[in-house]
Amino acid sequence: MKISAKYYVGAAVLLFGALAPLFVNSYELSLLGRFLALSILAMGIMLIWGEGGILSLGQGVFFGLGGYALALHLKLEGLNIANGDMPDFMVWSGVSSLPYFWYPFANPWFSLAAVVLIPGIVAAAFSWLVFRRRIGGVYFALITQALALAFSTLLISQQAYTGGFNGLTDYSTFDGYDITSNGAAQVIYLITFVIVAAAYFFLRWLLATRWGIMLRATRDGENRVRFLGHNPLPYKVGAFTIAGILAGIGGALFTLHAGVVSPALVGVVPSIEMVVWVALGGRNVLWGAIAGTLLVNFAKDQISSALPSLWLYGLGALFILSVSFLPAGIAGLFKPGSPEERVYRRILNRRKLETAE
Amino acid sequence: MQESAFLVGQVFNGISVASLFVLAALGLALSFGLMRVINMAHGEMLMLGGYLAYLTISIVPGPLGIIVALPVAFAGAALLGAVLEFTVIHRLSARPLDTLLATWGVSLVLQQAARNLFGAIGVQVVAPSWLNHTVSLSSGPLEGLTLPYTRLFILLVAGLVLGAIALLLNKTRLGLYVRAVNQDRPVAAAMGVNARLVDLLVFSLGTGVAGLAGVILALLGPVTPTVGQSYIVPAFLVVILGGLGSLVGTTIASLMVGLFTALIEIFVDVSVAQVLLLVFVIIFIQFRPQGVITVRSRALEG
Repeated sequence: MKISAKYYVGAAVLLFGALAPLFVNSYELSLLGRFLALSILAMGIMLIWGEGGILSLGQGVFFGLGGYALALHLKLEGLNIANGDMPDFMVWSGVSSLPYFWYPFANPWFSLAAVVLIPGIVAAAFSWLVFRRRIGGVYFALITQALALAFSTLLISQQAYTGGFNGLTDYSTFDGYDITSNGAAQVIYLITFVIVAAAYFFLRWLLATRWGIMLRATRDGENRVRFLGHNPLPYKVGAFTIAGILAGIGGALFTLHAGVVSPALVGVVPSIEMVVWVALGGRNVLWGAIAGTLLVNFAKDQISSALPSLWLYGLGALFILSVSFLPAGIAGLFKPGSPEERVYRRILNRRKLETAE
Repeated sequence: MQESAFLVGQVFNGISVASLFVLAALGLALSFGLMRVINMAHGEMLMLGGYLAYLTISIVPGPLGIIVALPVAFAGAALLGAVLEFTVIHRLSARPLDTLLATWGVSLVLQQAARNLFGAIGVQVVAPSWLNHTVSLSSGPLEGLTLPYTRLFILLVAGLVLGAIALLLNKTRLGLYVRAVNQDRPVAAAMGVNARLVDLLVFSLGTGVAGLAGVILALLGPVTPTVGQSYIVPAFLVVILGGLGSLVGTTIASLMVGLFTALIEIFVDVSVAQVLLLVFVIIFIQFRPQGVITVRSRALEG
């Protein structure tokens, strides 16, 4: 049996990712870890948008819920709550006692469970409420944007309970382990890498099942699915919930890497930026979502520090151009038969003809 | 100040905010009815109107500056809207979600351009002296109620614009075409309506009206590169509540959003009011998923 080239490429990427801590310097490793955490969220967007046809402009909300769920615990780590100790920013804002909703997060296992459960439950409840009345498409996108706006303004305004605009930062340990050292950064990177790989293979499997076929069928013809006697609601709500959970896990890992979670990462603009990663990488291909996330974020890191105003023009142009001329994204260039691939091949063939003459 | 005067004042505030929402949302709703696309750069039309007002008033100072600024802002925003429709929106209109993303890109570029041209802090438009008055009641049951002239001016402009557009939609041939394309595009096109031209005209009319709203915004506060963003999300919610391409629906929905926000802000702060507004919208669509005004149609996919 001949193994096709793409498996070799895949194995090489996995090997590179797993061995990256050995030969990448610590700053670049921290960036790579952060962006891989974001790519978990991007795979969720690929699931709902590329395969489910649901555009969400509010994935930052679930990212934030996951990030804050972990950050609440990290802030409480090392404090003696029974003694009335409180996180530093609460003392500065003059809060008299720890708010009730912070208490359960003192337990690390509760906090880890909350990283998955809170985004999952919120995503399920929200999408069920909206989809059950057959609100979809553009309306859904606009409602999710309003959700992102409401969530970020709420976080900013409730400064005494959420850390406000600055968010939650300055962590040192998790369950007694130091998380700021170089060695810890490598361990966190490896955990992120394993979760990215696990999410990738889980979604690959999921999309190949009957459930995945039904999700695509719902995207392509929701009414036809109904006429055939199926209810599209479980597929849409299910996909949105999985995407919410992935975003939450990504948010928690990002918080560990970056050492901060703040409203600036969860609002309207970051939420819609997340979509462009997937649009550029390829909305129908899992590796495209990861590649797009890494590509856009490394480019942002390079450009925005040197020329901030250029970055916003670039991001705007990226939205317009990738959507207008590259609807299947970069991954589309490699997919036989896609419009992008045909254009690409035509250019290549023309070159060949020219050289032949 | 009396309780009732405060309440009436708050209702009045709500109505004047609602009249801004209706000007901002009208273009979105009309184009959405025709083409099923939402222009995310619509908020930047408000911004453009604001900056055009600033430029006009610096060229034409004096009491009439603001009156001159209105048609200038309308024309400028309508022109930019026409260019946007022609280059981006029409090309993508078969893919509504992609249109959303592409126009968001346009909005980022426009915001950054404004930041480079006028600075990030924003510019201040000074309201002419004839708008610097208030109506105050010093006796009667509503003692202590004060109504600033600027707020009354907003109501006047919104009322005139709504009236003009209602006339246009219901009494002219163009309005007939708009309603026809709104109901059934292929049949209208088969009857000889130039649906493409109708799309373009309605879109630039809508952005022009948003430009007018921008002039009014400039009277209320500084014009910044992101001034449109704070009004555009409520305007999107108005479109969702209002129903497809309906003038009456959009007006009612604007009043609902404006009054809800103004009245709830008596009890909670602005950020919580935003959350409650979203909750209100989600509850509302449980009962009327098609919006306030539903156009009856046999089409399955709206």
